[in-house]
Amino acid sequence: MFVTSAYAQEAQPAEGESHAPAGETHAAPADAQAGETHTETGIEHGGGAFPPFDPSNYPSQLLWLAITFGLFYLFLKKVIVPRIGGILEVRHDRIAQDLDQAARMKEDADAAVAAYEQELAEARANANTIGQTARDSAKADAEVERKKVEAELDGKMAEAEKRIGGIKSKAMAEVSNIAEETATAIVQQLTGTKVDKPTVAAAVKAVRN
Amino acid sequence: MANDPIHQFQISKWIPIEIGGYDFSFTNSSAFMVATAVVAGAFLFLTTSSRGIVPGRLQSVAEMSYEFVANMLRDAAGTQGMRFFPFVFSLFMFVLVANLIGLFPYFFTVTSHIIVTFALAILVIGTVIIYGFMKHGFGFLKLFVPQGVPGILVPLVVLIEVISFLSRPISLSVRLFANMLAGHITLKVFAGFVTSLTALGAAGVAGSILPLGMAVAITALEFLVAFLQAYVFAVLTCMYLNDAIHPGH
Repeated sequence: MFVTSAYAQEAQPAEGESHAPAGETHAAPADAQAGETHTETGIEHGGGAFPPFDPSNYPSQLLWLAITFGLFYLFLKKVIVPRIGGILEVRHDRIAQDLDQAARMKEDADAAVAAYEQELAEARANANTIGQTARDSAKADAEVERKKVEAELDGKMAEAEKRIGGIKSKAMAEVSNIAEETATAIVQQLTGTKVDKPTVAAAVKAVRN
Repeated sequence: MANDPIHQFQISKWIPIEIGGYDFSFTNSSAFMVATAVVAGAFLFLTTSSRGIVPGRLQSVAEMSYEFVANMLRDAAGTQGMRFFPFVFSLFMFVLVANLIGLFPYFFTVTSHIIVTFALAILVIGTVIIYGFMKHGFGFLKLFVPQGVPGILVPLVVLIEVISFLSRPISLSVRLFANMLAGHITLKVFAGFVTSLTALGAAGVAGSILPLGMAVAITALEFLVAFLQAYVFAVLTCMYLNDAIHPGH
């Protein structure tokens, strides 16, 4: 609290002096220099006015601001802005390029997948047709074989039947002879007469039919 | 008198120069202007010297400040406004670095002098006026006549618009100046309490804890203010430049 009161006492005269006529401006440099060496003793020696409102500082402030800010502006305009702008642009291009490349690679990968699947489908279809033909030819072969065997068996059967027929008719013929001889013998035994052979044969024949 | 809170704004001559009766001495203020330009320029130059595709931390800071100002200007003034980008970027960086350098103890704050902020504000408004007339001729005066105002109100509205336009450099410069000045005075006053109270003995040392805490808190606040004021200065510059580019409301 005593700090502010002490300051207030000093500030009052200083504020009063800030309204001093502008003619004082030219005297200010020497005065201010004296103020610089005695700054520790207080502001009543330091040019008289509140420093930011002291017009004697204005020319120097303006000149040095113009020099420093002007050079700073030129430096930024000529060097920094193109450089950072360039960095950002290069990065932007690079990212766009990388994204393009990624998209292209994805397309390639998709195409490869599609080709693979198509090939797979083709292979599957091929396998099916191959299996089908194999199955068909095997079936056809089996059929031919079967027919051949069947034909062979049929031939054999026909032959066997023919043989059986022959044997049967031969046997039947034998049966007539036996019947005639038997009949002849029976008649001879019963009647004691000899019957001629054609009569017996005719009788047998008549009975068998 | 080490506690005098105004002392930090005093200008002291380092190299006296006088031309034509005017005092152009190289002062502590000039030195800090040079320091501001050199620090800001060197930071931007050195951090971007590797031109890394993948930026390091400091390069990111430089790029962020660039994109921050670029977006600000593009939002406010459109792509046509980008021709002023170097101007707005250098204003923002200069004010920001000047504010931040001023926060170091014993350092001079360039932006705490009204003449400096006023010169920057006049530079902005001068750019607006000159570019506005160059681009649009007298059509630039449409700025003062908003469309869709009833005829009877036009004189009043024009008067208000002119006054608002004329007050822009004042508000722009006083805002920055007053924030810096007030902040630094407050800091110094609280710091002064600490030193004065500790001189009073044990009770004073205990009592000085509160102003010490305040000084720390206000230092943090001042860092925010330093950035915020540079941002506000740059945003308003963008808006005023937008008026020069698109004078019709």
